Amino acid sequence: MRGLLLLTALVATVFGQETFEGHQVLRVTAKDEVQISLLQDLAEMDMLQLDFWKEPAHPSLPVDIRVPFHSLQAAKAYLEANGIQYSIMIKDLQAVLDEEQHEMQSARSVEARNTDSYDYANYHSLSEIYSFMDMLVYENPNLVSKIQIGSSYEKRPLYVLKFSTGGSNRPAIWIDTGIHSREWVTQASGTWFAKKIVTDYGTDPALTAILNKMDIFLEIVTNPDGYAYTHSRDRMWRKTRKPNSGSSCVGVDPNRNWDAGFGGAGASNNPCSETYRGPRAHSEPEVSSIVDFVSSHRNFKAFVSIHSYSQMLLYPYGYTRTPARDQAELHALAQKAITELASLYGTRYRYGSIINTIYQASGGTIDWTYNQGIKYSYTFELRDTGRYGFILPANQIIPTAQETWLALMAIMEHTKDNVY
Amino acid sequence: MSWFVYATVTLLSLVQGNPTVKSSQQQAPPTAEQSVGYVQQQQSTLEYNNMEPKPALTPAEAMPVEELNPSHYPARRAAHVAQHYLNTQHGSPFKLLGVDRVVSATSEEIAGVGMKYVVVFALKEMITNEPMGQCSAEVLYPIGEEQAPPQVQCSCEGLLHIDTKAQEEALYQQLKASDSLVSGHNIPDSYGFIAPEMKPFWHLGGVASSFVMLKESNESTLYNMAQVVNVTQQESQNKELTFQYHVLLHEMVSQEIIHWKLLVAWCPAEGVRVLQTEWQPKCHHCVAPPSNTTLTLYSTS
Repeated sequence: MRGLLLLTALVATVFGQETFEGHQVLRVTAKDEVQISLLQDLAEMDMLQLDFWKEPAHPSLPVDIRVPFHSLQAAKAYLEANGIQYSIMIKDLQAVLDEEQHEMQSARSVEARNTDSYDYANYHSLSEIYSFMDMLVYENPNLVSKIQIGSSYEKRPLYVLKFSTGGSNRPAIWIDTGIHSREWVTQASGTWFAKKIVTDYGTDPALTAILNKMDIFLEIVTNPDGYAYTHSRDRMWRKTRKPNSGSSCVGVDPNRNWDAGFGGAGASNNPCSETYRGPRAHSEPEVSSIVDFVSSHRNFKAFVSIHSYSQMLLYPYGYTRTPARDQAELHALAQKAITELASLYGTRYRYGSIINTIYQASGGTIDWTYNQGIKYSYTFELRDTGRYGFILPANQIIPTAQETWLALMAIMEHTKDNVY
Repeated sequence: MSWFVYATVTLLSLVQGNPTVKSSQQQAPPTAEQSVGYVQQQQSTLEYNNMEPKPALTPAEAMPVEELNPSHYPARRAAHVAQHYLNTQHGSPFKLLGVDRVVSATSEEIAGVGMKYVVVFALKEMITNEPMGQCSAEVLYPIGEEQAPPQVQCSCEGLLHIDTKAQEEALYQQLKASDSLVSGHNIPDSYGFIAPEMKPFWHLGGVASSFVMLKESNESTLYNMAQVVNVTQQESQNKELTFQYHVLLHEMVSQEIIHWKLLVAWCPAEGVRVLQTEWQPKCHHCVAPPSNTTLTLYSTS
């Protein structure tokens, strides 16, 4: 059966037939020769485009027929009118094929040999993403380099991809994904962004102009320990994996661990909490590595930290209701960015300060970066709004990445055009 | 301080009524004397959850009505509560309702009673992605130390337009006729994948979760169902089909993943009923259920 279905899919691809959406497979049991003959007549009706998987041969031997969606009514009416018994063996053939394809994918993930054959429409293991980074650098040595900014608690390397066309410590844009490990669409999008940058440099005028003036730094797996844990043990893991002394609970929320309003309302002091701030600001190596990198670089002009889910574009502050000094400009730019985002698939985003739009949160990343003087500090919450939540279907990765990229471009272009 | 793991067994026999029929188990709408400020509406889509008569209010006790920004979280959370309520009333394996967009909202503190939100939002049927027109909801978060469920009144213009009777009946008959009991786990799986035949049970889990999410909601929470960990069909004692569910709820403000076990009954005629609910501790060796410290503390520093 499985082989037959795979063959069907293969044949369909070869012959350019796109889909078996809505096609049903009926199992028909003819009770006598008369009914066999009627089925043979049915087979002759070319316009129905029926596909007999098992030909009518003998009464009481099942006859399997694949019926295209548009012929379902007619085919069933014919069977019923002639008193021929049938059952629906497969209600939606495409769904079954999708499931099989999915099973094949998750069963044996074959490593891609280059970034063109990498499957951007799927979620990958940590090692696959690390391999991707190396392949990208290898293929684009003049544009991309890989920097290790530190190590995670469990000693995994923290890698940042640097996209640069030269210069010396040019004004820079930072993008991070995966700081919360369960937000898988973000790491997947980060991978897509990396490929997008190398593809568009030299071909897309806007991106080329940005890279001719500025550098882009992209940390795809900002919390690798957490990410590994979501694959091996708990898909819903959010925090780092550092043990907490005096508690059996593990991990610190890396987005409550920054030195901005640290200790105030909007984070927990309970190690068992998902929003545990940690014993002190920057206690987590995943956070301190970025702090050290940004501090020593001294020339970041935009900082974007990407999360999911909720479909929001947020700017500081999270720890206080006091509006950011640049609130008006940040608000206007956010509006522009989400308008660009919506232009692709109509995905609706809300935008505003963190504390107004989502909740009070202290010790957050972009509150710290903004207070360091990095004006264009934004946090994204990607798809969706709660239906799938953290476990967004893989077939939404690319649409999410594509639309988000438009918003990122708006922010990066504005940064380039508004030197400060 | 040591905490004890506890299980809450609640009998929630909330009957889901057909929108055109008023169930006799529902309480009569509050009269004008009992609830100043609640608008009486005669549309057949209006339904009330169990409301106790409220003490009469004189106009002097009413506080100013505050206009809310529809894209800020207070309005959003209130609309979400109305969404949970609507799903307890109308949800099924083939019908799941969601807030598409908040249009407008106000809040008002009612002294001695609680916070009343009035929210107008665009409704969507989540399975077909069909817009369903607008809803107007009143959500009252009761005052008090302990969690008490919000009181919801909601009227929607488009609810009657979705007809899922045929699909529900087909599934019901299929399950009744089957020799084996349905079961599934990790719906969706880590990759967001759901086997097509499991989708109705995912939706049913969402509807059942709505009963808990409604009950657990307050001004500082926003709930979604994150995943069905497992669902096991039970032997049927009567015309209803029964399912044991283990679901994960995601609470956005605390970011916690909360485990609940639910015993759910369904048939097309009666709709979805949740017979038992049981909170599951996060992990057996955890010291304490995490407290929600992101409560309404708006520091003005």
